[in-house]
Amino acid sequence: MRPSKGTSTSAAWFVVRRLAHDRSALVGLILIGALLLAALLAPVLATHPDDVFELHPALRLQAPSGNHWLGTDRMGADVYSRLLFGARITILIGVIAVGASLLIGVPVGLVAGHFHGWFSDLLMRVSDIFLAVPQVVLAIAIAQTLGPSLPNVILALSATYWPWFARVVYAETRVLQKEIFVESTVALGASPWRLTALHVLPNIASPIIVRASIGMGFTILTAAALGFLGLGPPPPTPEWGRTIAESREFLPDAWWYATAPGLAIFLTVMGFNLLGDGLRDVLDPRLRRGRTARDD
Amino acid sequence: MRLLALALHRLAWFVPTLLGLLVLTFVISRVIPADPVALVAGETATPAQVEALRRQLGYDRPLPVQFVDYLARLARGDMGTSIFTRRPIVQDLAHRLPATIELTVVAMVVSVLAGVPLGVVSALWRNSPLDHAVRVVTVSGLAIASFWLGIMLQLLFAMRLGWTPLNGRLQGFPPEAITGFYLVDAALTGDGPAFGAALRHLALPAATLAFPALATLVRFTRAGVLDVMQSNFVLYERAMGLPRPVIVWKYTLRSALTSTVTQIGLLFGILLAGAVVTEAVFDWPGIGTYAVSSILQSDYNAVMGFTIWAGTIFIVVNLLVDVVQTLVDPRERAT
Repeated sequence: MRPSKGTSTSAAWFVVRRLAHDRSALVGLILIGALLLAALLAPVLATHPDDVFELHPALRLQAPSGNHWLGTDRMGADVYSRLLFGARITILIGVIAVGASLLIGVPVGLVAGHFHGWFSDLLMRVSDIFLAVPQVVLAIAIAQTLGPSLPNVILALSATYWPWFARVVYAETRVLQKEIFVESTVALGASPWRLTALHVLPNIASPIIVRASIGMGFTILTAAALGFLGLGPPPPTPEWGRTIAESREFLPDAWWYATAPGLAIFLTVMGFNLLGDGLRDVLDPRLRRGRTARDD
Repeated sequence: MRLLALALHRLAWFVPTLLGLLVLTFVISRVIPADPVALVAGETATPAQVEALRRQLGYDRPLPVQFVDYLARLARGDMGTSIFTRRPIVQDLAHRLPATIELTVVAMVVSVLAGVPLGVVSALWRNSPLDHAVRVVTVSGLAIASFWLGIMLQLLFAMRLGWTPLNGRLQGFPPEAITGFYLVDAALTGDGPAFGAALRHLALPAATLAFPALATLVRFTRAGVLDVMQSNFVLYERAMGLPRPVIVWKYTLRSALTSTVTQIGLLFGILLAGAVVTEAVFDWPGIGTYAVSSILQSDYNAVMGFTIWAGTIFIVVNLLVDVVQTLVDPRERAT
């Protein structure tokens, strides 16, 4: 059941090979790869890299052309270049918010799953309360309290997303506790730490990874909504959600201004969702049966 | 009797959840901010005004005392006064609730009417071109930012084609208020033109709101039908030589759709969360637009009031769904 150290690299290789054969997962990987590339190489790929902070009022609201591939915005800045730098913010928000949610949610789920008693119940009830309210509503309340800024958006998203990980980890840990190999490890005198680190965590890694991938998409969507509502990082940050909000008063004439960042959000979130679906098929044989004989 | 006990058990869960929500909003509004009173007073208040307000609101007392006071105020239906409308926040929200409910219900009906048949069809004809087309729709529905979808729909149907109004709930006078739902009121008073106008205003926001919910519903229905199609009892019916239509219509769908129906609680959550941004895009005069304009005006109490309302509505709907599910689905009773 548990892969030993020697086979773990080949297990990772197995996952990658299977993903490459799953058409939708492959599309997801390509989309995420493109996003990462756009973010890393933004200064190189941008045609007007200084436009994030510079103003060119004379060039405002120009239609897409050879010089400005996706047109210009209300400040005369190149939409395409700002989009590339916006990818950095999107990745930053997604990675830190999901990472922080993992750091909170996984330990909470492990503790609640391992021990039986009022403390475990309390932990899960608290996460249930978070799950009982739509994430965007809570995130709005927190972001409004803290004020619009990049760290506060990340904080609001982390504070509202960790219960999803706690739920998954808790459920999986409880299932594992009924397994004979866990029971025998306990009987052999393994400490809770050893049991968790060597036996429980490796066996629940799959659902956590799947949840993290889907969580990236979900978090990026919520972050864009917060940006759109004016709760994101303040201008001139090229955040995609805020850019869409800014573009509204120039419709229907400056159609490119609103269209481009929305497409960027769409493709990014789709990438993480498709990868999450693919990972679920490859990593979780129990669910694969549910989704039935190869869906591609 | 057992059923009643189960329903009561679920009901018992309601009170602590609601209390938990209130603790959460209390922590967000009183404990996290450096100076909660400054937030409530707004950006234009002078330091002297802030101090006066602090004593008036009792924010200078210990937190536990404040929390009890907070609960007592909420129990009386007092959420404070909006700095912007100068009216009690509870009144503002109650006044705007019918618009949100009308939009949400229409979106729910649209997503169920379109989503369930699409899910069934794509499961029955798995891997057909139709199934692939449906999958593209569902993948898109879960990845699209609803505020952007709304803006794109406005751009195309309202600005370019001129088929629908750009935003709002109705131009001119609303139909005579009976229920507060324009469609229902117009139908009751036999006001045909108002009904048509209300429907045209609803089209774009309802479509925007319904799309992600529809995608979720299609996915869930499709997986449910496929699961049942591969279960042992369907295998047995096939082996017994039952014709496919009988297996599909009589046995598979009944079994698969029971669990789909119970997803309405989940669906409602998606719709309620989506309503905040969708309403903002279409200037729909519901509680979502109220929340957004309160954010923009830094009307702090109003934002917290909205959070409590939205959270409470959501918890109540989930409670109802849970109870109904227990009553409808025999499998739930076993556990």
